[in-house]
Amino acid sequence: MRTAVGTALAALVLFPGEARAHLVTTGLGPVYDGISHFALTPEDVLPVLALALLAGLSGPRCGRAVLFVLPVAWLSGGLLGLSRSSELLLPALTASTLLALGALVALDRKLPLGLAAGLAAALGFFHGYLNGTAKLGALGLSGVAATLFVVVALVAAFVVSLRAPWSRIAVRVAGSWLVAISMLMLGWAFRAG
Amino acid sequence: MPRLPALLFAAAHIQPGEASGLLSGFLHPISGLDHVLAMIAVGIWGAQLGPPAVWLLPVTFPMVMAFGGTLGLMGVALPGVEIGIAVSAIVLGALVLAEARPPLALAALVVGFFAIFHGHAHGTELPQGQSGILYSIGFVIGTGCLHAVGITLGLVHRWSSGRVALRAAGAVVALAGVGFFVRGLA
Repeated sequence: MRTAVGTALAALVLFPGEARAHLVTTGLGPVYDGISHFALTPEDVLPVLALALLAGLSGPRCGRAVLFVLPVAWLSGGLLGLSRSSELLLPALTASTLLALGALVALDRKLPLGLAAGLAAALGFFHGYLNGTAKLGALGLSGVAATLFVVVALVAAFVVSLRAPWSRIAVRVAGSWLVAISMLMLGWAFRAG
Repeated sequence: MPRLPALLFAAAHIQPGEASGLLSGFLHPISGLDHVLAMIAVGIWGAQLGPPAVWLLPVTFPMVMAFGGTLGLMGVALPGVEIGIAVSAIVLGALVLAEARPPLALAALVVGFFAIFHGHAHGTELPQGQSGILYSIGFVIGTGCLHAVGITLGLVHRWSSGRVALRAAGAVVALAGVGFFVRGLA
């Protein structure tokens, strides 16, 4: 029995398969793999959700800017990351980004158009780069970019359409929840012991 | 270069403990009666005070509680946590009982002060091996749901009998807090 286990372990070490860290295989092709990867990665979903809420609160012009800048920046960062072999894991930085975006949503700060586009570009490039280093592939990144377009369009347009005061308050409450989640993420990142 | 066998199974997003992270995070705030009563009391008090306190207090509590949780996770010591939680139930229950109407900033300060104790207790109790982000999402949603329960109960405030019932609920919370306090001293 021990010999069999030892042989199996030796085979695993000497003939390793492909490491699939951060990849989701749907069996439906790389585009759907990318879509699933995004949907199953809360570290990506939450900042995008926060940015879409913020863009919606800032008005339709900001919403339109984020709608186009974010997917393009994500795809650009991802394509750059494809040629990098190392995988950056920066949970503290991701949490800090979410903290800042969630706080802006909670405070109902209306962003200038340039700042909204800049935030979308920075966020998209950074997260896209991380996706790229995870070897998501160009088609997978395309799937992510398409998903981003749809998510931002739906969320930002919904927030823009809100008229009742209580509905904007609900969005701000969602922002405060994102702040709380990000602070706990920071705690996990620097967890003692 | 040979890779470790573990890499063969390195399918992040399906890590050990991740599947249960969201659920255990959601259940954690509602697993202790002291936490539950205090958080529901915050919602009821907000409903008694009306807008903007009805949403400001439940917004303040999770954010400050998360800050306390972060301190707990990072190993920053906070003395008298259990006593602080018990006193929070006494004070918040008494405020509901009295239907107190302090200035909004003071109300938020009171709620935020006690939220640190609740958050710190949760932060030091969080189990190892869970997905941090999913646990955090569940944790915040669970807390928000408790506040929502309090606010929903507070909807009866529009009727005179409802106002009496809410004040009675505050008395129950305060009495329970006394019990938690005695238990904390023991």
